[in-house]
Amino acid sequence: MTFFGLSAELLARIQFGFTISFHFIFPAMSIGTASYLAVLNALWLWKRDESYLKLFEYWKTIFAVTFGMGVVSGIVMSYQFGTNWSVFSEKAGSIIGPLMGYEVLTAFFLEAGFLGIALFGRNRVGERMHMVAVAMVAIGTLISATWITSANSWMHTPVGYSIDANGIFHPEDWWAIVFNPSFPYRMVHTVLAAFLTTAFVVGGVGAWHLLRDRTNRQAKIMFSMAMWMAALMTPVQIFVGDMHGLNTLEHQPAKIAAMEGHYETHPNGAPLILFGLPDDEAEVTRYAIEIPKLGSLILKHDPNAEIKGLKEFSREDRPPALMPFFTFRIMVALGMAMLAVGMWSLWCRWRGTLYKNRLLHRAALLMGPSGLVAVLAGWYTTEVGRQPYTIYGLMRTSDSISPLSAQSVGTSLIAFILVYFAVFGIGSVYLIKLMRRPPVMIEDHELDKGPIRTAGITPGPAQQETDGGDGHVV
Amino acid sequence: MWFDYSVIWAAIIAFAVLAYVVLDGFDLGVGILFPFFPERRDRDVMTNSIAPVWDGNETWLVLGGGGLMAVFPVAYATILPALYGPIIAMLLALIFRGVAFEFRWRTHATSRFWDRAFCLGSIVAAFTQGIAVGALVQGITVEDRAFAGGTWDWLSPFSLTTGVAVLVGYTLLGATWLNLKTSGDLQAKAHKLALWSCAAMFVLIGVISIWTPFIHEIYFERWFSWPTAFFSALVPALLLICGYALWHGLKTDKHLQPFLAALGLFLLSFTGLGISFYPYIVPGALTIQEASAPTESLTFLLVGAAVLIPTILAYTGYAYWVFRGKIDPEEGYH
Repeated sequence: MTFFGLSAELLARIQFGFTISFHFIFPAMSIGTASYLAVLNALWLWKRDESYLKLFEYWKTIFAVTFGMGVVSGIVMSYQFGTNWSVFSEKAGSIIGPLMGYEVLTAFFLEAGFLGIALFGRNRVGERMHMVAVAMVAIGTLISATWITSANSWMHTPVGYSIDANGIFHPEDWWAIVFNPSFPYRMVHTVLAAFLTTAFVVGGVGAWHLLRDRTNRQAKIMFSMAMWMAALMTPVQIFVGDMHGLNTLEHQPAKIAAMEGHYETHPNGAPLILFGLPDDEAEVTRYAIEIPKLGSLILKHDPNAEIKGLKEFSREDRPPALMPFFTFRIMVALGMAMLAVGMWSLWCRWRGTLYKNRLLHRAALLMGPSGLVAVLAGWYTTEVGRQPYTIYGLMRTSDSISPLSAQSVGTSLIAFILVYFAVFGIGSVYLIKLMRRPPVMIEDHELDKGPIRTAGITPGPAQQETDGGDGHVV
Repeated sequence: MWFDYSVIWAAIIAFAVLAYVVLDGFDLGVGILFPFFPERRDRDVMTNSIAPVWDGNETWLVLGGGGLMAVFPVAYATILPALYGPIIAMLLALIFRGVAFEFRWRTHATSRFWDRAFCLGSIVAAFTQGIAVGALVQGITVEDRAFAGGTWDWLSPFSLTTGVAVLVGYTLLGATWLNLKTSGDLQAKAHKLALWSCAAMFVLIGVISIWTPFIHEIYFERWFSWPTAFFSALVPALLLICGYALWHGLKTDKHLQPFLAALGLFLLSFTGLGISFYPYIVPGALTIQEASAPTESLTFLLVGAAVLIPTILAYTGYAYWVFRGKIDPEEGYH
């Protein structure tokens, strides 16, 4: 049975990919923003410079909206495994489940429990306890990232298990499972990606307001902080990404072959294909522009080392090459652009033109969403590259799916697409509106009394009867 | 072994589900009650009363789902495809409702729309959760450890009735919560709504209680054979006591007592469900032992749960304590 010519398996994959892509965007943003808020609040408490408090209040509202969208799209995820991948859940739930269980117990509750206090409780609990709450939210997001990348990494590099006669996975060594071979690389790479995503969003917003008013102190501070992150963390991220790639080559050579667009094995050094069009049917990458030997140099740090091509693997065990090939290039290109902006900002800082160079501000504004795109591109690379398996080498995607009709999955997919684009589309419009507010308070004296609202939701334009659409924070 | 890890885990999962039902129950109830409070000002107070805690409340739903996958993977893998329709509808409803908390503050123009989304999302989430429970009580076709039924198996007069019952139950929780957290006209109205929903809830509990033993012989046996008959007699008696406490609390204008009594009603109904289910996790199809994950999975997560769940309860309690007391309607304005 098919639904408009699509099989239940493909529909389930599209649905999962769709819901998790949306979900991934929000945590990628909220992990970094939570830590940024903790830093801003700590700076406020330490230096008693009101600019930091203003920035905290400014980003707090944006964080609240992002976090809310992350929560609701995340609840969907905890049920998608059962609704769409019930066989996977039945067989591997014994390993993936406890890891996610720990994520809920150690992270989700921590974030949610302290979020109310962090957002609304400064006056009720005092500065010190409020700082604890803000820190707990930030720590919660990081713990969450740790567990979920561990669970995901295990699906790429499964170890520490046995499989019984019914095909059920039994955990044998939890230490090995949690710290599976690709976990450290993936975890660091993902968390750094989240930090960089936030850094470029903050930098973009700061640059936008500097372009409008280059004397705005809050805009200067956020731009400067973001550019420090860009300059210092991007090189680290590129290094970590390279390590992650080497790890993948060791454990999932077919994925690397797909990312690189290599169908043939190159025994005497593989070229680096800068651009081309992989064709799985013909087993050739068309229109390839290559640099000889560079592929081996990057992957094996030896220009003459052998790199396996996709033809080494039988057809039914290969990932499709087209998508990882392109998403990988998008991610790397964005990484290089981030590095360029970071280095440029260092140069401008040294020359004393960080807050004056309008070209840099325009570039930073343009790069504002780059982290979000890079995160998704990287995610597609690694996940599509794992195909045709859900648990690499052990369980095929086609064997993981729920016994549902294509109609059911197709109908719910359409519902998800409509609702997600409507709700999160509107949410993104609101986020942009919030970012468009200049980071100043009209009534600074109000701040001496602390935030006005101690209960309820973060303040927004709808509470201001005289709001002219410009949306100043009050 | 009668008392093993899987039974402990069944109790923990049951606790998570119960915690979710009562905590998000009053949240959702507040949303369901929106049509009775058309004033923007009242609605602000209503959402402000739950804004600091709703996120934590909903996390219990994630624990229920994630925990079920971890310790009873087969139950997770059969229940979710079987209840595909209501679960997907619930998730989508929770999305609308969850984002409405923040979105309704973001614009003048569309705040009405988000209020409606908040209300409808709450209603659909409550109704579909009730349908899911009813469908589970009715039983799921399981063959060879997998769901083997049809797309619409979950839809029946019984599951629709339980859907309405949960909707009414959440309304009662929401009304008693508002009675606790608000003052003035808003509270007076909530007070009246609590009385009505309490009466409706009792009718529905009665209907479902009479209906259930005739759905499946296993329920009939459990309810009317010794020693469980003792408990199945005790539950209705305690329900009546709770009902009286609720009614009396409202009549004498107590603020906390009606809310606690409403929680009691849910606890007892849930216990009744537990008595009916045990030792099954998917009634008539899978027992707790059959559905359980390997022991290594149960013990690994139990170590953490033993420490973390009390910790979670402690800081969740602290968060509720911080935001205790009546909501000041002026607090949100200046």
